[in-house]
Amino acid sequence: MSSRWLNPHHGFPDSPVHRLPTGLKLSVALVVIIGTALVPWRMSGWFAGVAVLLGVTVLFSRLPAIFLAKRILVLSPFVSGVALMNALQPAGRADWREIATRSALCLFAVILVSNTTPFSKILRALKAVRVPGLLITTIALMHRYLFVLGDEAERMRRARMSRTFSRGRRFQWRAMSTVVGQLFVRASERAERIYHAMCARGWK
Amino acid sequence: MHIPDGFIDGKTAAITAALSAIGLGFALNQVKRELPPRKIPLLGLSAAFLFAAQMVNFPIAGGTSGHLIGGALIAALLGPGAAVVVVATVLIVQCFLFADGGVMALGANIFNMAILDSVSGYVIYRLVSRFLPGLRGRVTAIAFAGWCSVVLASIGCAGQLAWSGTVAWSAGFPAMTSVHMLIGIGEALISALVLLAIERTRPEMTAQIEADRPKRGNQVTRYGLLATLGIAIFVAPFACSWPDGLEQVAAKFGFGLKAVSHTVPALAPDYHAPGIHWAVGATAIAGALGSLVVFGLAIFLGRMLVPVKSSERPAN
Repeated sequence: MSSRWLNPHHGFPDSPVHRLPTGLKLSVALVVIIGTALVPWRMSGWFAGVAVLLGVTVLFSRLPAIFLAKRILVLSPFVSGVALMNALQPAGRADWREIATRSALCLFAVILVSNTTPFSKILRALKAVRVPGLLITTIALMHRYLFVLGDEAERMRRARMSRTFSRGRRFQWRAMSTVVGQLFVRASERAERIYHAMCARGWK
Repeated sequence: MHIPDGFIDGKTAAITAALSAIGLGFALNQVKRELPPRKIPLLGLSAAFLFAAQMVNFPIAGGTSGHLIGGALIAALLGPGAAVVVVATVLIVQCFLFADGGVMALGANIFNMAILDSVSGYVIYRLVSRFLPGLRGRVTAIAFAGWCSVVLASIGCAGQLAWSGTVAWSAGFPAMTSVHMLIGIGEALISALVLLAIERTRPEMTAQIEADRPKRGNQVTRYGLLATLGIAIFVAPFACSWPDGLEQVAAKFGFGLKAVSHTVPALAPDYHAPGIHWAVGATAIAGALGSLVVFGLAIFLGRMLVPVKSSERPAN
């Protein structure tokens, strides 16, 4: 349950793809995603082209294949759910393979960009396209404290588990919700401290 | 409920993106005007909290587990404007960093989970806690608001998928809604327990947040109108004389022949399957009855969790 696996910047090597300009990567990804989602299914040339482009990028990016396979599995619950619903209606039989292809290609594009671009650079690009400053501050703070709070939650959960021996479900729910509540209390206290630290460094 | 890319077509993506941009714009404006500067970092930290809280697993039967979704809880704790910003931030980071939810579908996801979920959660929480005073009332209110907001968000999601021609309304609405009526029970329980835990450890904290929050009714009205508009666009065509309704709406707004020919084949088989009409109607009735039952359960939960003595403590 460690949040370590969530961290996309953890221990992946540098590569030519990492060094490409952020704006280029983001705009190509955007074109690929919008195109893949909108292009009619019979234009198979587009899908083949996108697949080749993504494949070449994967080769050059030196991202481990196992890692990419794991990330693609995250998609499967929604896809299989919709595929099941589609199977229930006679007209939708062929549809779900099309949907799965589209969403897998888009997902690959996002995974490639987010794992070869530092998050601060993405934020800078967002600032350049005039996303409101308050939203960027909020996103930046969330990204900064995501892993801190994730680890804090894990520590509290482990501390609680090592002190209580009851396996009752009802008790566990109470314990877990106390952990979540305490997490909110700690997060808002941390927010106060962060505000003072930001002021001390001349924020605003 | 994160919709991935490829599940939503162009017109749905454009409409949901426009609605979400308007809603997020309202929220950012409101927060900028009304939140004291010392509370600005709380937005980012609350977003990080929500993300971390979603990783805490609650055991359900047979090895499965569930987690908090938290739109209603955040809205009850921080107010509607801040909640829209916080939940939208979580969705944006999940989309770009973890590829959870699509880029094209970001508008739809923000509409369902940031706007529909937290605003409806907030409105229901305020309404119920106005009629049921004290801590017991607030626990009841958050439980009911948690359930309603999850179910509403799933209805919005089903509507958008049907609009895109991905899953027909007659299959998607019963499936999505009935699953989320179950998930909502977990959400209600967790939200109530977490609110109670915060109230028990730091009663002054919620009182402080409550005092900081501006008491302006018209702000909620704007979000409410936006959410209603979205529901009207996405669900109303199916709820009235569908599937003819959808055809007419599509023709009226000029979505073109392509859109119509894309959606109608998915809906057409329902003409030959009267059982499916029954499923949609039955789900709607079950939802209405379910909300009454859940409201009763929420009152019972409030009574069970909060003994009389502490509920007599003056609220805020």
